[in-house]
Amino acid sequence: MPAILTVAGVSKTYDSGTTALSPIDLEIEKGEIFALLGPNGAGKTTLISIICGIVTPSGGTIDVMGHDAIKDFRAARRLVGLVPQELSVDMFETVLATVKFSRRLFGRSGHDAYIEQVLRDLSLWDKRHAKIMELSGGMKRRVLIAKALAHEPDILFLDEPTAGVDVSLRRDMWKLIHRLRTRGVTIILTTHYIEEAEEMADRVGVIDKGKLVLVERKTELMKRLGKREVLVSLREPLRAVPAALANWDVELADEGHSLRHSFVADGDRDGIPALLAKLRELDIDFTDLETHRSSLEDIFVDLVGRKDAA
Amino acid sequence: MTGFNAHGVWAIYRFEMARALRTLWQSVATPVITTSLYFVVFGGAIGSRMQSVDGVGYGSFIVPGLIMLSLLTQSISNASIGIYFPKFTGTIYELLSAPVSAMEMVLGYVGAAATKSVILGLIILATAMLFVDLPIKHPLMMLAFLVLTSIAFSLFGFIIGVWAKGFEQLNFVPALLITPLTFLGGAFYSIDMLPPVWRTVSLFNPVVYLVSGFRWSFFGQGDVGVGASLAFTFAFLLACLGVIAWIFKTGYRMKE
Repeated sequence: MPAILTVAGVSKTYDSGTTALSPIDLEIEKGEIFALLGPNGAGKTTLISIICGIVTPSGGTIDVMGHDAIKDFRAARRLVGLVPQELSVDMFETVLATVKFSRRLFGRSGHDAYIEQVLRDLSLWDKRHAKIMELSGGMKRRVLIAKALAHEPDILFLDEPTAGVDVSLRRDMWKLIHRLRTRGVTIILTTHYIEEAEEMADRVGVIDKGKLVLVERKTELMKRLGKREVLVSLREPLRAVPAALANWDVELADEGHSLRHSFVADGDRDGIPALLAKLRELDIDFTDLETHRSSLEDIFVDLVGRKDAA
Repeated sequence: MTGFNAHGVWAIYRFEMARALRTLWQSVATPVITTSLYFVVFGGAIGSRMQSVDGVGYGSFIVPGLIMLSLLTQSISNASIGIYFPKFTGTIYELLSAPVSAMEMVLGYVGAAATKSVILGLIILATAMLFVDLPIKHPLMMLAFLVLTSIAFSLFGFIIGVWAKGFEQLNFVPALLITPLTFLGGAFYSIDMLPPVWRTVSLFNPVVYLVSGFRWSFFGQGDVGVGASLAFTFAFLLACLGVIAWIFKTGYRMKE
């Protein structure tokens, strides 16, 4: 896959001396969904803001389809759309007016059919004459997406698209992002929800304390890092782990009232049914089970810990 | 870097003009009412007891100064709010990420603010003509002063809008600097009426040159030469452009 966006040695140190980003190298492939994962304050938004021209980098270069983002900013920026994290939009404008404004601002002449299509895709067409202040939070976010798409960008940045969004809206957002990709838009999103990266991304970059810790295909990352745990509540407490389970990664918990089993969710072999079958075979009765997936925090502790040890 | 982003400039310009239409009452009615009040008080009540100044009736004499007063304050407040508001609401992200150069951004915002000021100046002029008999000796120069002053002070307002960190700072400069300078700048009197010392002090007040030049275009005479007035207006305009160029070069209070 050819790179559509190349970030080379981009760093940011603020005047106060704080280093927000250590030199970062990153290549985004055409047509992919790339998730930038990291805790709050890791530098995700700073990186996106630099690529989009909102923050001036302290060093490094950015190339968007052969155009340098600073020297040839007009050509580069026309290819990029940005959906910010905050709901920053003119409250007194109507939906249609603000989307048309965005298109013109990016140097394109009116194209009503395209704008109608974008608004319909985002279920905003019926609300096109509504003032933005009258819309719900989820609607406002969709208006921001419509604005970012108004000039037909090749690359779309979504900064925390589902932060503070309820579950059903989050699902809608995921579907929408998949649809955009089908149309050939390359998507880069930031998130601190691992489920989101898992649901959508082709590749994942993990950023922590301004450093890009790793970039990997999601499937490989999950295989490596997606540790899961199942906690089985037992009808009768056990004194020790049965010998038949010695080869399993199983331990007693809750003073023998439950069994904890950790496994790596790689899709090839699901640990839960196998464990349950084994328990039945051993005549161990259970009343309940609870599964837990390693959180992003766990993964970070893991990653950072390993880096420090190395 | 190729291709002037005309669509972008036009989008900003239209957006700003639309904002004025939404707040039509504040944008036009308020200054017109204020000006009419000045006429009733200064022109009607006091002016009837005043002698003419330099052979011009007092009511007519104050018109250029009154227009200047509105032009300066409105240019500053229009342009400063225009750029400050996106900073305040966060919508500036879109401007900064758009293929719009600094020059184009200024053209859109300052162009719209200056257009509004020129329209406002003409409305006040028309209002004044309802009250007093007003000759305009040099109509083209009158328009030139109107347009140049509007542009220069809209640029100045743009700078204030970029500099301001809060709404109170937006009002600070017009209220504490422009209004006193205009009142002391011969808007309501000829500086010849002042004692010599104050006349000399007045010559350091930039607004004297603006009011004087504008008044010259109406009556053919002013406190200072029309050349000095024009030179000052241009110098101020260029100084503002210089500051704006520096703002965009360094990203001062626009970008981190």
